[in-house]
Amino acid sequence: MSKHRIELRAAPHQHSGHSVPTIMRNVVYSLLPICGFSVWQYGLSALALLLTVTATCLATERLLNRNANTLGDWSAAITGILLGLTLPPAFPLWMAIVAGFVAIAIGKAMFGGLGHNPFNPALVGRAFVQAAFPVAITTWVPAFSANRFSEFVPTTFTAPLMMPPDIVGWVKQQGVDAFTGATPLARWKFENVTASAHDLLTGTVTASAGETSALLILMCGAYLAIRKFMDWRIPVAVLGSAALTAWAFQLYDPAHYPAPLFVLLSGGLMIGAIYMATDMATSPVTPVGVWIYGVIIGVMTVIIRYFGGLTEGVMYAILLGNALTPLIDQYTQPRVYGTGRKEKP
Amino acid sequence: MSEPIPVHTSPSNKMIITMGLVASICGVLIVGAYESTQDAIANNKRIMVERAVFKVLPGAAKVSEYVATPSGIQALTGNVPEGGMKFYAAYDQAGVLKGIAAEAAGKGYADMVRVLYGYDTKCQCIIGIGVVSMRETPGIGDKIITDKEFLKNFDALDVRVNAEMSALANAVKVVKHGSKQNAWEIDAIAGATVTTKAVGRGINESAQKLMPLLVPHVKELLP
Amino acid sequence: MNPKKEIDEGITFDTFMEGVWRQNPVFVMVLGMCPTLAVTVSAVNAVSMGIATLFVLVSSCLLVSLIRNLVPKEVRIATYIVIIATFVTLVDYIIQAVSLSLYEALGAFIQLIVVNCIILGRAEAHASKNPPLKAVVNALGMGIGFTIGLLALGATREILGAGKLFGFSLFGEHFQPWVVMVLPPGGFFVLGAWLLLFSFMRSRSATE
Repeated sequence: MSKHRIELRAAPHQHSGHSVPTIMRNVVYSLLPICGFSVWQYGLSALALLLTVTATCLATERLLNRNANTLGDWSAAITGILLGLTLPPAFPLWMAIVAGFVAIAIGKAMFGGLGHNPFNPALVGRAFVQAAFPVAITTWVPAFSANRFSEFVPTTFTAPLMMPPDIVGWVKQQGVDAFTGATPLARWKFENVTASAHDLLTGTVTASAGETSALLILMCGAYLAIRKFMDWRIPVAVLGSAALTAWAFQLYDPAHYPAPLFVLLSGGLMIGAIYMATDMATSPVTPVGVWIYGVIIGVMTVIIRYFGGLTEGVMYAILLGNALTPLIDQYTQPRVYGTGRKEKP
Repeated sequence: MSEPIPVHTSPSNKMIITMGLVASICGVLIVGAYESTQDAIANNKRIMVERAVFKVLPGAAKVSEYVATPSGIQALTGNVPEGGMKFYAAYDQAGVLKGIAAEAAGKGYADMVRVLYGYDTKCQCIIGIGVVSMRETPGIGDKIITDKEFLKNFDALDVRVNAEMSALANAVKVVKHGSKQNAWEIDAIAGATVTTKAVGRGINESAQKLMPLLVPHVKELLP
Repeated sequence: MNPKKEIDEGITFDTFMEGVWRQNPVFVMVLGMCPTLAVTVSAVNAVSMGIATLFVLVSSCLLVSLIRNLVPKEVRIATYIVIIATFVTLVDYIIQAVSLSLYEALGAFIQLIVVNCIILGRAEAHASKNPPLKAVVNALGMGIGFTIGLLALGATREILGAGKLFGFSLFGEHFQPWVVMVLPPGGFFVLGAWLLLFSFMRSRSATE
């Protein structure tokens, strides 16, 4: 019964061949090495955290989309893994469940699901628990402790709604030398000590589960960019503008402001620039807009880190960039061929 | 509204009379309410002040309000005069002066942090603080109430005046957590620096103003 | 009772229930959001605010209704504002006399009752056209509806934000407070959740 017909369509006519599930699946693959490194570094607690958050995100997605099964597009899995990677490794699991639920329910489903969310869902979840549990989200544990594969950090299995136990005593038993309980950024802010680039690249510092090794994240990002699964301009714009801003500050007062390399490699900037700022639904579509968006995130990150009350600024910088995306898109629309440029009488 | 909307405007005198009538009813109501609640309000305010002062000056049983001006100190009647500084003198059951309490305020993370501090005339130091009002982040900024280590700063915070009696001998200063060396320094709470600094700045400002006015006349407070 | 012929079906149960349920100021009309979001950090604050508003609402509606045939329409808004402001001042003094700490917790929002649109709205839309008893019953319903709305928010925020309800600890001393709930964003989150619940229930009853 099929018959040939001529289809008339407006541009674009070319399709890259990547469907949404393909892209999302590849993003998940590229995240697996980072997850693996995180588990190797922090042991059972990090594994439990990543699994719990991802499972919560998938369950919430399923629950809130009763008419259509949207798990197949892998987007909820990405949100879950990314959210898990930005939380501290010993984050209590019940709080992680809250974070995962908020990420999907408030960050995504409420706006109509994939593609309609104005903000990155993983960051919405993280911002919520950051505001709700400010103490737990800044409680860090040492990496590579001896029994990390045989026991959990005591905070992991905190009873729901209860306060996590104090882990200072537990950390002391681990026999890790010189553990300060502060991230490199916090140590810079409050003690003016900067960590070495080598430590930051290889990930032997205190941080969230998945933001320790800048080198590994960079390599995974390179894979995605080469396979054209993400827009390389965004990480380049974010990292470049952050480095330039940091360099300008250092030129102004070298004693007080750290080197650009420290700014680039510390905290969540790397994972934020590569995996979160590039979220397709929440970043601009025009080429010029993408650069503007990236620069706003990079500059805001450095400014929040230097002058804000918090030690880390990537999360709020990206959320701000997300909020500006529709505006950026509106003002950077390309000229339609044959119109504009000159006003004809 | 069932009656037809009148096309003519109402006469001015009717408007004036109605407004005047309503205004006088309201005036009577307000004056009545003011008269009948005034005593209870004053009593509440006194209890509140006493409770706050007793907290920073343990052992006190009676509080009097004073004002310190460049021309001396006197009991407070009415409003605080220009350039004056209100403070509370606290006495125990036997009428012995237990100390002085005064208010300090500094800009915190969210809003002004207002504290009341207790001052001991013998050691010329601050021996306790209590928060009067603040809107700092719960769990972080409110450590200034709960953090025992931080409150130890105010066991004997040095606020001696200098020889010319013009200012404090050593300005009260907030230092980084764990680096307190002198009796006039306040050890900040790690992670709640903004709030701690607000308290430190507020106390410094208040003490710089009050102590030079108060110390030369402190004997007048003794009964 | 009413010399002129007014639209008056008498006082029905609905006169009262309109404000409590069908036209609930918080959940249905979404009016008076300023105090709703600002003072509902605890159930006690929420109920006090609700009762203060209820008092102003009922007294000003009564007075407005009593003088409804005297006031020329040109000056009616001015008159209503004077009446409402008077009762707000009264409430201000009374709360100070009852508890200063409550007064400080509610802050400027006591004085701001005067600009609460529920009150002027009720005075203009209902009390100025109805006999005193009916106006009072309707205002009472609205005030109770507002109080219920505030209590719903205040209780949720106090339970999650402090682990308490009316100051009584619910979960023991190891409870982890959700700090965000007592901060301004928590007000929006909780209000959003309640509005969601209400529209869900309404759309359900509409389909059935």
